[in-house]
Amino acid sequence: MLKYKTSYFYRLASPKVSYVLADRLLPWIASVAGILLLYGVIAGLFFAPVDYQQGDGFRMIYIHVPAAFLSLAIYSVIFISSVIYLIWHIKLADFCAKSSAGIGATYTLIALISGALWGKPMWGTWWIWDARLTSELILLFLYCGYLGLRSAIRDRERSAKAAAILAIAGMIDVPIVHFSVEWWATLHQGATLAKWARPSIDNDMLYPLLGMIAGFGFFYLTILCVRLRSDLLKREWQLKS
Amino acid sequence: MRHAFWAVMRGDITRYIQRLSDCLIPFLFCLMVVSVFAISLGQNTALLAKVGPAIIWIAILLALVWSLEGILRMDYETGSLEKLVLSPHPLPLLLLAKLVAHWLMIGVPLLLLSPLLAFMLGLTNGEPWILGITLLLGIPLFSMIGALGAALSIGLPQGGVLLAILVLPWMLPVVLLGTRCVAAMSAGLSFKPELLLLLAMFVFLLALGPVAISVALKTSVSC
Repeated sequence: MLKYKTSYFYRLASPKVSYVLADRLLPWIASVAGILLLYGVIAGLFFAPVDYQQGDGFRMIYIHVPAAFLSLAIYSVIFISSVIYLIWHIKLADFCAKSSAGIGATYTLIALISGALWGKPMWGTWWIWDARLTSELILLFLYCGYLGLRSAIRDRERSAKAAAILAIAGMIDVPIVHFSVEWWATLHQGATLAKWARPSIDNDMLYPLLGMIAGFGFFYLTILCVRLRSDLLKREWQLKS
Repeated sequence: MRHAFWAVMRGDITRYIQRLSDCLIPFLFCLMVVSVFAISLGQNTALLAKVGPAIIWIAILLALVWSLEGILRMDYETGSLEKLVLSPHPLPLLLLAKLVAHWLMIGVPLLLLSPLLAFMLGLTNGEPWILGITLLLGIPLFSMIGALGAALSIGLPQGGVLLAILVLPWMLPVVLLGTRCVAAMSAGLSFKPELLLLLAMFVFLLALGPVAISVALKTSVSC
């Protein structure tokens, strides 16, 4: 039974099977992403009630929160893929990590920029060295380091291994940074930031938000499928020539 | 095994003594970075004393990491790193020996320099002491994190700058805790929690750092 299971996983991870799988799933994932994003945008922008404190400004939440959530989730995907790659040497895990990094970095950037745009009218400042903002920025730096290391190493095998080690070390770093800054901020300059009262969110606001988060997630999967496909093709081509 | 540890350490120390410039350059670098800061902010003594600890920490961080990278790169180019990887002794132990040698010949002089840097920036009372104590933990931490980054990026064309991008996010908590220690001390608060956290990080990295560095090195050194 166990043998059957492991062989099943290896078969699933083989380039040919995963290519076909990515190819088949792509239209479905893409359409789910499209529907969810459409619902989230329309319901969030037009039907969600106006916030009693922030007015229409709160609608930034529909971009900011999904991007921030996904930026962390994608880093976790990279971390898990890296662990899988280092232990079992499954190439697909490495492709997955590699293709995810660019998307994750983009989401992190979106989260930072939308957060700054949201912070200006609400907190009165674009940026503050608060724990969340700082750890998000460090996350961006970690993504940049990861992408930089990958692009600097020509050798495929070495690039994959080095990047995996980097991703694992980075995963340890994120919570340490978060808590060291949080502690620092609360000790010295706590009260100035992020103290706007957050009412328990109304369902009409919540559902579009959940839709947007899922939509961002499916959009990530769509891009991942496209990139996995092209990576797998590229690899086959390199092996042949 | 113990013999191999001492042999690697002694070999490295001999080499540092033979090439004293390797030891002097980080020293001078630190001195100059701090001087430039002191000169350009010199009119404002209060500001200088406030930002002083951060400046010293960052100067020492950069000096240490770049010197370590240079040394590992030289070993890589001469092939002695390959020899270490191929040796029958456990690689983490041999790397630890190299790190201890680096700490003795470059870390300790920088540590001894830190009171002078503190006076240059106008830190007073007990602050230079606290700075020294936190650096005692911070310098080995920097060395270990820097060595991990260097092991990953060794032999790459734009290694130096890439290394800085890789390791600075990991250095941030160390710098943060170190400067906070000094800030807490000058505000009259207890700096024990920060110091204990630094100690915890030090113990954690002392146990796992050499192993991680050796794994990274094995992927980078192909033989």
